[in-house]
Amino acid sequence: MDWSVMLLKLAEGMLKSVEIFTLTLLLSLPLGLFVAFGRMSKNILIRNIIKFYISIMRGTPLMLQLMVVYFGPYYIFGLTLPRGYRFWAVIIGFVLNYAAYFAEIYRAGIESMPLGQYEAAKVLGYNQSQTFMRIILPQVIKRILPPVTNEVITLIKDTSLAFAIGEFEMFTTARAIASAESTVTPYIAAGIFYYVFNYIVAGAMEWCEKKMSYFR
Amino acid sequence: MKYLEIKNLRKSFGGLTVIKDISLTVEEGEVVAIIGPSGSGKSTLLRCATMLETMDSGELIYLGEHAVKTNAEGKAVYAPPKQLKKIQRYYSLVFQDFNLFPHFTVLKNVTDALITIQKMSKAEALAIGRELLQKMSLSDKEDAYPYQLSGGQQQRVSIARALALSPKVLFFDEPTSALDPELTGEILKVIRDLAAEQMTMVIVTHEMSFARDVADYIIFMDGGVIVEEGLPEQVINNPQNERTRAFLSRFER
Repeated sequence: MDWSVMLLKLAEGMLKSVEIFTLTLLLSLPLGLFVAFGRMSKNILIRNIIKFYISIMRGTPLMLQLMVVYFGPYYIFGLTLPRGYRFWAVIIGFVLNYAAYFAEIYRAGIESMPLGQYEAAKVLGYNQSQTFMRIILPQVIKRILPPVTNEVITLIKDTSLAFAIGEFEMFTTARAIASAESTVTPYIAAGIFYYVFNYIVAGAMEWCEKKMSYFR
Repeated sequence: MKYLEIKNLRKSFGGLTVIKDISLTVEEGEVVAIIGPSGSGKSTLLRCATMLETMDSGELIYLGEHAVKTNAEGKAVYAPPKQLKKIQRYYSLVFQDFNLFPHFTVLKNVTDALITIQKMSKAEALAIGRELLQKMSLSDKEDAYPYQLSGGQQQRVSIARALALSPKVLFFDEPTSALDPELTGEILKVIRDLAAEQMTMVIVTHEMSFARDVADYIIFMDGGVIVEEGLPEQVINNPQNERTRAFLSRFER
């Protein structure tokens, strides 16, 4: 295979990885907040359903979850899904999994807030949503940035798990070329790609943390 | 005019009764100090009065308006939310550990509620905020964040924050207990100045000499009841009750 062809294929894979990463974050970060609210709900039914969902997401391999999302509709319900479903199966699998992890991070952050902040807000007349949006959330975001960074970095590497259902992202592409051409070069390229991607993301997260360091 | 009336307040946590039947009245312009040993229920009393805790039974009345009534079964019934919101504006509370919002500047701490909740124009709110900060000798700190201030300065910001809402009654929950002794004085001076301006205040405090100097009326609590109450000279200098005497003897006079 020509170098330029190989590079082009790898670039396509890279793009797919970035796409999976971006979509997963965009969807799972907000979804996680709702999951966290459900996890802290006063309604015992909602709370337990969410608790069960989180324990499944954390207690089984992500690779298996991807396979269930991709093959499940056909093997369990006999549904035939359109061709493009493979990509969306990847996204659904990642979003469901990461929302569960983010939810637990949010919950830890929210529950670590001192009661006094809520009481001061209440005495000053803030209602519940004003209290959460103006007083609690900005402080929670600052507190949870380091664990969120951890998850985000893990996500970059986890995108390679999409190979389990044959989605051609970076890693799957590299593996296909490597076995077809009997060369390890694509793996080296993949390694460099993941490292550089992580380096950029870690830098961005560090910048966010610095941005939030104006208060303590 | 009676700014605050509490009648037959009872409050228990689980099986533990913390307040047994307390009644008190605070008149306009009056400064009432509540003293007593730890665990006497004085902070709980304040938290019930400011609706941070729900009372089991009794009445809570601000400026003649009922926030809480007691029904025939002897259970506390709170007014509808709209009414409570209105009543809530009659008072404010200064906390022992300030509870400033760490992500807001000093000026924003003081003005945010005016702008966000009372929908005051920004210019008007900032003017009020700056005036209050000047009063607290904190004009040069308006852009600072709470962590950059000393405890005494933080407490003065929280007093400014409470005053910004122009409450009729201002509560203080041990306002100097989290401060070093040398910072206590600046807070006591602020409260003294407010008293001179006829601000109606209810102060839970451990500062006996301060309570005697600044308060018009002193309430001594122990075991969830008012053991003794009256004019400062009478309660502090000439206590009638054995428990009051025992408590006060631990303080130098």
